[in-house]
Amino acid sequence: MKYTISLTVSLLTCMVALGQEVPSKNEMTEFTVNGNCEMCKKRIEAAALNIKGVKMVRWDIPTRVLNVVYNAKKLNIESIHQAVAAAGHDTPIATAPDSVYAALPLCCLYERNDYN
Amino acid sequence: MKLLFFVFTVFFLSTLSAQNLLKGRVVAKNEKETIAISGANIFWLNTAIGTISNEEGAFELDYLGTNDRLVISYLGYKTDTLTLANNKTLIHFLKEDEGAQLEGVTVSQGRKTIQKSYFEAQNVIRVNSEELLKAACCNLSESFDTNPSIDVSFSDALTGTKQIQMLGLTSPYILFAEENIPSVRGAAQAYGLTFTPGPWIESIQITKGAGSVVNGFESITGQINTELLKPYTAQPIYVNAFRSGNGRVEGNAQWAQQLDDRWHTGLFIHANQRTQRTDRNEDGFLDMPLSEQLNLLNRWQYTDLQKGWVGFLNFRFMTDEKQLGQLDFSPAQANSSNWGSVIETQRWDTALKIGKVNPKLTYRSWGLQTAFSHHDQNAFFGNRIYDIQHESAYLNLIYNSIIGNTNTTFKTGINATYDSYDEQVDSTPWTRTDRNIGAYIEVSSNSEILNWVAGVRVDTHNNLGTFVTPRFHLRYTPFETAIIRAAVGQGRKAANIFAEQQKQFGSNRQIKIRNNGGAFYGLQPEKAWNYGVSYRQLLLRGNQQADITFDYYITRFENQVVIDWETPGAIQFYNVKGESFANSFQVAIDYAPSLQWNFRLAYKNYRVETRYDSGQKQLPLQPKNRYFFNVGWESKPGTNNQFWRWDLTWHGLGQQRLVVNPRDGTGRWAPAYSLLNSQLTRVFSSRFETYLGAENIGDYRQVNAIVAADQPFGLLFDSTQIYAPVFGQMAYLGVRWKIK
Repeated sequence: MKYTISLTVSLLTCMVALGQEVPSKNEMTEFTVNGNCEMCKKRIEAAALNIKGVKMVRWDIPTRVLNVVYNAKKLNIESIHQAVAAAGHDTPIATAPDSVYAALPLCCLYERNDYN
Repeated sequence: MKLLFFVFTVFFLSTLSAQNLLKGRVVAKNEKETIAISGANIFWLNTAIGTISNEEGAFELDYLGTNDRLVISYLGYKTDTLTLANNKTLIHFLKEDEGAQLEGVTVSQGRKTIQKSYFEAQNVIRVNSEELLKAACCNLSESFDTNPSIDVSFSDALTGTKQIQMLGLTSPYILFAEENIPSVRGAAQAYGLTFTPGPWIESIQITKGAGSVVNGFESITGQINTELLKPYTAQPIYVNAFRSGNGRVEGNAQWAQQLDDRWHTGLFIHANQRTQRTDRNEDGFLDMPLSEQLNLLNRWQYTDLQKGWVGFLNFRFMTDEKQLGQLDFSPAQANSSNWGSVIETQRWDTALKIGKVNPKLTYRSWGLQTAFSHHDQNAFFGNRIYDIQHESAYLNLIYNSIIGNTNTTFKTGINATYDSYDEQVDSTPWTRTDRNIGAYIEVSSNSEILNWVAGVRVDTHNNLGTFVTPRFHLRYTPFETAIIRAAVGQGRKAANIFAEQQKQFGSNRQIKIRNNGGAFYGLQPEKAWNYGVSYRQLLLRGNQQADITFDYYITRFENQVVIDWETPGAIQFYNVKGESFANSFQVAIDYAPSLQWNFRLAYKNYRVETRYDSGQKQLPLQPKNRYFFNVGWESKPGTNNQFWRWDLTWHGLGQQRLVVNPRDGTGRWAPAYSLLNSQLTRVFSSRFETYLGAENIGDYRQVNAIVAADQPFGLLFDSTQIYAPVFGQMAYLGVRWKIK
């Protein structure tokens, strides 16, 4: 009985472990980044690509989606959000500092809709 | 003390007031752009405190706190009333009032037909299909007439082909590639550029200086890559017809079809003919050869974007015949007393390209390029014979990926070539087989300020031995409007002295080769270093565009095969002993004052010298100074997309050194002269257009084109000493019709 339980437990543990994604060297993620134009594209892509472990980035102007290929063993997704936000562009989980946002060139000012 | 108190008060007050100042900007969305709203009213509701935004939409206003509401209004936009929870920089987007719409402003900018690279490390000039339409442009050799980076000589009187030069050196020193597979080499060197019809060309990329190591070790002064039309993007049905005043008739037909969602195919047909016998200078010789060519290309394209597969399969067949010589000559007469020549060429080509891009990691890809060709030329020139058969196979396997991130990319791979030559020169047969295998790596680093491409390859060649070829290109942008480029690289090549210098058979000069035990006709291979710097300054940007470019390139031969025409009655080939170099300087100005007009102006200076037996000299028939001017105009398109397109090109050629011969004597120089070409196109709709043009409008001609024309079988007969067009003014007319 004891054996059965421990076997079941270890099997379950194995299954859970298998179900969890092992961090890979070429992980992909995509999320929306606020911005408008070609200048935004350069800034957003440069900010993300400057992080060590980020291999490829592409921000699409019409859909505002940022595609990132990164080494998940070296960094987590949050740091990508933070770096992009620090450059002045809001992401779903990170907000650009007001001073950085307000200092963006005119063409890059995106609508934030927050007054509070 | 009072003063101190005053200073304190002022300081305190000013910080206080700064804290209570609301800063912000009023902006709006216009199509995709964010624009500033200047002159918007910003005021606190029910107060007299308000202001107006400036040209940048910015404003400053006292901050009154959370109890008051801020009103922002502008004509044509909805008025907004806001409660500000805290005082931070306010960026406010106004929404258009649907009731009162203001007209949007469209900004259009034409695409330049010749684009110089801005971000690449290599000095690349891209020529798109619109630019190609500017010249009479019947084949690749005529595609560079409106481009100052390439020098096109007038048609050679004997063969009617145009020679091209880059940085002062002739085409054998340029690596030609067709969709990145080396072409126009070996047996095809002399006429190969005329074997690619102009209407098949999608675009051309010209790289100055030693090119990429990916395509081989052969390029010395530069690379010219031609992209052909792809079945996927080609016009479904297209025809083109051309006729010139000197009796040249050309026809092109093209058909492209989608077979299913992955396969496309295209069939491209070209035929040309010249049957009119002309002898304006009355020397008894044809001014232009009679010719006939049929050229067929069938392409298959496979694209699977989901899985990242791309493939091309090409089949090509070409047959070409030229007849030249005395007017009364007929090829049917055996052992004719008239001097004449017939050059017959047949060529088969096939190429297979497969590429696979990793659909997730798009920076990772590999490609396989293979090509086979069979070239068979049979020719006689008076009593002389020159036959050549050339079989060629090419394989290149490339892998692309990144180092760290996509700012640093690399290409690595191996390539192998096989060439077998079988030649008959008068009574002497020559055979040779070249086998080469090489491995290369090329690393590129890209940033907005500094880019570089460093490449190296190692080759093992059965006749050249094992050697290393390094190449390096750099681009630096010290400030936004300036681009500095530098390049250094090495190249080597086997001189196919008969195929490259085929015009020598148009003379009765005795061929003398100074054998020094080399593998190539007893000669050592050619080897050179190329160094170059380029500076481009943008002068105007926006609606008016202007830039100026300075280029200085040096090619220094460590070994070269000298073609020595200096002794009458002989042509000698020997490896250079002493200095051989080509220094080229170019300054070019591009100016587009509006979308309609475009001006190009260039001056080029070439010092191309080699050490002959008779001393250090500038190459014969090579102008030291060249001038170039081109003006293009396009009318604004009408409602049916109809418009006019016009352009005028002026080529000025300085004096050219002439070799000793009975016609010119000793130590003479050919006079400077200039040529004027123009073309007018009427585009009736996006489907149909017709064009009319003239070449050599000033009718400048070299009257005494052939040396000793009265004794075509004598030792001094020489049709190669030509410094100007033999055929004068020439008008032409053509139509282009995109049926579907």
